[in-house]
Amino acid sequence: MRRGIGFWTGLCFTLLISAFLILPIFASVIAGVTANQFIGISSGFTTRWLLDVWANYGGTVLLSLQIAFATLAITLVLGVPAAYVLARHAGVTARLVEEALVMPLAVPGLATALGLILAYGAVGGLRSSWFFILIGHVIFCLPFMLRAVLAVLLAIDLKRLEEAARACGATWAQRFFGVVVPNIRGGILAGSLMVVTLSLGEFNMTLLLHTPFTRTLPVGLADAYTALRTEMASAYTLIFFALIVPLLSGMQWAVGRMDQHGGSR
Amino acid sequence: MHDRLRAGLLIAPALAIFLAFFLIPLGYLAVAGGAGGYSAILTEPRFLRSLISTLLVAAATTMITLFISTIMGLFLARVRFRGRSTLLALLTLPLAFPGVVVGYLVIMLAGRQGLIAEVSMALGGDRIVFAYSLAGLLLGYVYFSIPRTLLTLMAAAEKLDPRLEEAARSLGASPFAVLRDVLLPGIAPAMAAAGAICFATATGAFGTAFALASRIDVLPMVIYTEFTLQANLAVAAALSFLLGIATWAVLALARGASGGAAA
Repeated sequence: MRRGIGFWTGLCFTLLISAFLILPIFASVIAGVTANQFIGISSGFTTRWLLDVWANYGGTVLLSLQIAFATLAITLVLGVPAAYVLARHAGVTARLVEEALVMPLAVPGLATALGLILAYGAVGGLRSSWFFILIGHVIFCLPFMLRAVLAVLLAIDLKRLEEAARACGATWAQRFFGVVVPNIRGGILAGSLMVVTLSLGEFNMTLLLHTPFTRTLPVGLADAYTALRTEMASAYTLIFFALIVPLLSGMQWAVGRMDQHGGSR
Repeated sequence: MHDRLRAGLLIAPALAIFLAFFLIPLGYLAVAGGAGGYSAILTEPRFLRSLISTLLVAAATTMITLFISTIMGLFLARVRFRGRSTLLALLTLPLAFPGVVVGYLVIMLAGRQGLIAEVSMALGGDRIVFAYSLAGLLLGYVYFSIPRTLLTLMAAAEKLDPRLEEAARSLGASPFAVLRDVLLPGIAPAMAAAGAICFATATGAFGTAFALASRIDVLPMVIYTEFTLQANLAVAAALSFLLGIATWAVLALARGASGGAAA
């Protein structure tokens, strides 16, 4: 392949932008394990900041994980059956319902959260409980689960699979759990990883929904960024990266496997 | 008949949650502004100013992001070189970062002890710091938007028929003419879709602005301040309801224009 000036300018531009995206991540990771950021890495490496952050903010990490997995469970139970119905029905009603269910994507989390506070902020002890944050996360994440599962449902020949199973005498429950779900597990996996990733990082809603007793990881991060020294803020960010990066890699792996699978059909 | 009933039962829980925890709260939000809230937005110049600066920042973010992502998307979709897949994997990392973390990364880049400050000092110049200004906010929004936009545009560029480009070239079209008449029109729907998402996100997100603690009064920051510090619920509700309607409309319009390509 002949590589002219166009290739080299393109490459330089791409590498420059990549540096803009990637270098700050490395700078932050290194700052999180550097003994003294002001002196630089010659001051040596330490896990002191990580331990400090864990002692002060460990609770936010655990609460975020708890909310993320609860959100996952609820979006699975709500989203997979809903996607199945939307894939089976082609009518106007089904499209309107789909349009409605993904609407929370288009409205800023800040607005949704404010609405939730106005509508339910005074209901019993809900405002001070972590369920309040959970409600927000479910509303925000459900469209993503729905989309991921629906995409796979529309790509497989759902009708024929179900008909074949029905012809063999399978009941609806047997068809759904024995035939439909195994055929869309790639989409369910991709949707699940996405939901956990989004819930762990959700900030726009959670900042309004949280109370001092229900601080999540991103809310704690925002606090650390304004109040703590760089090393600790970076160490805290490093903990967030350690949670989120494996999830993201898993998601890419799941989507890649789905593409391959679809291509070989 | 039996099938319809089952379909209804299967989708009812999701619809009930949507109704109870999205539509009803949105209704509360619309009403809570009251006449006072909505008229305050029109009469107090600082709300109008913040609306204008928000739209300007979002428009600038969209243009810069589209410019960068189009060049990179076309390049990465059409060439193969060693390390390309590693580079792509690294470029998708920021997809999972919330706005607050992006704000912090801007500080790492352009803050007081940031990379740019260190480099500019090492080169014998002044300490360059712009994380906390409008430029920093813009940088954060662009950082946030590039990975998303890039992936959409790359996918669109990979779907283009390479024969069109070859035909144009063999008919004597210059590289610029190929870009203008073949490549850009081919990915234009994806650009519209990605641009709309970019615009809507930049209008509504406030994690980045919050982390930078910048003094730029973008709309989400004003809503937050009115709500928490001023306890001015009417104005906060009115502003966020209008913001929600606006971003929803931008996305719906783009989806109509691009024939359903917008996410």
